[in-house]
Amino acid sequence: MDILNVVTANQLRTDLPDFRPGDTIAVHVKVIEGEKERIQVFKGVCIAKKGSGINATFTVRKISNGVGVERIFPMHSPRIEKIEVIRPGKVRRAKLYYLRGRQGKAARIKERRS
Amino acid sequence: MGGLLGKKIGMTRIFDEYGNVVPVTVIQAGPCYVTLVRTVERDGYEAIQLGFDEKKEKNTIKPLLGQFKKAGVPPLRKLKEFPPFKDREVKEGDVLTVDVFQPGEVVKVSGLSKGRGFAGVVKRHGFGGGPKTHGQSDRLRAPGSIGQSSFPSKVFKGLRMAGRMGNKRVTVRGLQVVKVDPEKNLIFIKGAVPGARNNYVEIYKLD
Repeated sequence: MDILNVVTANQLRTDLPDFRPGDTIAVHVKVIEGEKERIQVFKGVCIAKKGSGINATFTVRKISNGVGVERIFPMHSPRIEKIEVIRPGKVRRAKLYYLRGRQGKAARIKERRS
Repeated sequence: MGGLLGKKIGMTRIFDEYGNVVPVTVIQAGPCYVTLVRTVERDGYEAIQLGFDEKKEKNTIKPLLGQFKKAGVPPLRKLKEFPPFKDREVKEGDVLTVDVFQPGEVVKVSGLSKGRGFAGVVKRHGFGGGPKTHGQSDRLRAPGSIGQSSFPSKVFKGLRMAGRMGNKRVTVRGLQVVKVDPEKNLIFIKGAVPGARNNYVEIYKLD
């Protein structure tokens, strides 16, 4: 297992901010359309972080036109331009899958103050 | 043909130049030593015998030790004959490293698959099994009918049934070399490769 960590170490990203499940974040993604490349922002609540090392991923959930949309990003993907932490959230679980069954007021998350 | 012996390290993922995830198997391949060259004059066919994975002299049986001494290589754990290389001449005692392979090259990989023990037909042959409901009992993973009646009064040979699964030599063709690391003797091959971690695998050059 050790060799695997060593060979992927140079692909790990250290420039991304620290964020937790419950935080509202904006992920700036590079989108390649034919020849052109542009930045798309996906803003929502991080509801899960999974995996370790190069395999780490995180899930962002947002409500778009009244429909819940979730997107899973590889944590160390070079397609991610940057991540902004908009609002740190205070939650008691690592996986916030319970938000899927909730809407509006019930899906609020308290703000974390340090 | 020709190729290298290696040891499967495990699977991981790497990002390509577009940022796409590529699933790769990491194989520690080489340094492989040429322990014997078979020629038409002496053996009736052409081949090269490669050895991989050094071991201690005290753990080596004497007949093999003699062969290693003659070729001028350290004692090796795994020996395997390969068809000769098309693009290079090798002689006994030569060392082959991962630079035999270039990124982008398509190869085939053989190895001993993971043993699954005595497995039923659903796992072993992909049968559908029986219905779960509608008054069924003990039919969920059953094979169903295995033949006809008084004629032919037998079960045909080769009928797929439950039995030992895996622990067999499996070859996967058309795998792509994504990356080669000559420093650490590693080859990154796109996709899965037969066997468990630390399994010996043979990587064949296709030409």
